[in-house]
Amino acid sequence: MEIEFTLNGVRKRVQVEPNELLLNVLREKLYMTGTKYGCGIGECGACTVLLDGEPVLSCLVLAADVDGREVTTIEGLARGEELDEVQKAFVEEGAVQCGFCTPGFIITAKSLLMENPNPSEEEVREYIKGNLCRCTGYMNIVKAILRAAGVIPQTP
Amino acid sequence: MYDINKVNTHIVPVRFTYHSPKTLEEALELLSRYRGEARVLMGGTDLLVKMKMRALEPSHIISLRKVRELDYIEFDDQGVRIGAGTRLRTIEKSEEIRERFPALWEAVRVIGSVQIRNMGTLGGNLCNASPAADTAPPLIVYGAEAVIVGPRGERRVRVEEFFKGPGETVLEPDELLREVFIPYVDDAGSVFLRLTRTSMDIAKISIAVAAWFRDAEITDCRIALGAVAPTPIRIPRAEEFLRGRRISMETLDQAGRIVSEDIKPITDARSTAWYRRAVARVLTRDAFTIAWHRFESRRAG
Repeated sequence: MEIEFTLNGVRKRVQVEPNELLLNVLREKLYMTGTKYGCGIGECGACTVLLDGEPVLSCLVLAADVDGREVTTIEGLARGEELDEVQKAFVEEGAVQCGFCTPGFIITAKSLLMENPNPSEEEVREYIKGNLCRCTGYMNIVKAILRAAGVIPQTP
Repeated sequence: MYDINKVNTHIVPVRFTYHSPKTLEEALELLSRYRGEARVLMGGTDLLVKMKMRALEPSHIISLRKVRELDYIEFDDQGVRIGAGTRLRTIEKSEEIRERFPALWEAVRVIGSVQIRNMGTLGGNLCNASPAADTAPPLIVYGAEAVIVGPRGERRVRVEEFFKGPGETVLEPDELLREVFIPYVDDAGSVFLRLTRTSMDIAKISIAVAAWFRDAEITDCRIALGAVAPTPIRIPRAEEFLRGRRISMETLDQAGRIVSEDIKPITDARSTAWYRRAVARVLTRDAFTIAWHRFESRRAG
């Protein structure tokens, strides 16, 4: 079957099988490999993308269900060479180690800041509960999100 | 458990025909046509996981994503009606649900992650029929009803009687859950509590209480627990015991003992039967203490 949806602002038409997942279509058919496959069962958050502006797990969304909708992946955040505020903050705070969980975290953080531009540390931690990181111990990720929110000042 | 060689969580290793009806009527027609061979898809957070595990291999998937008429929260003069396709996140964001049905709000808020709640729906949480479904105990103590539609018309079933066993409900293969109706219980003190291993986990045990008081006397109460029997259950014997008694540590402890006797927990990956019985006592006490405080502050407010 053919589906049509908007990916990072660009209309896409793709042939998909009924049992194909959004994650597989993004990675294998559209070569958007920023979104990662982690657990496949909704535990880790590595595959988080925005669907109609809200964070969902692309490993548990049928591609067919995305027909007519809008998807934003990590590739859709930067404007050319200019990184998004959240991406910059992750770089500045050293919130990235192996990097596998990072796209999911940044998408989730982006969604948090759109909903709540001034989150407390507790609100940040609550919101990112569905994203697992096995390297950083979360400290710098939390700092980065607070920095992107302007709670922690930018480095001059 | 599942055969590890068959499990591939990267793909859905099941071939099926995909249907995407736009109306409830179309959805019911499809369900009748593929009676027994079809599964209804809402958020996918349970169904697709089960299909990846090959625990379910339906030959037809009826996605209700485009059925807009199932997505609503409507307050009228008797209570609130929540469409089965309403996402958990929408319920969590409703100030009015938080205010008037705090136990339901507390249950919804702890389900999975933000992502899961953006996908999962109230109808999905109930129809998946996990004994640990977090929304079930609060809906039971609020006296909520499931509104079911099918080719033979509409019928209403109390949420308390909706579950038949793990993964099993009273829904016939050609029926759909359309909405959940919750009558107002604004005069009750109510609460939902649960224990988990880590914060983003399925409950080891959960409890919801709704209670009414006159001074320190419990005039009426309802107690429901999750993850301690094949379905979410009410504990009538403890409710009966408490009616007409003054609230005190001793009384609540005795009620907790009855709860712990009347549940039928098993030992599984998340907890042991022994532990579940032990904490059921404590949870009963805590839940009633909170319910009482809430009842008092509502009256004062």
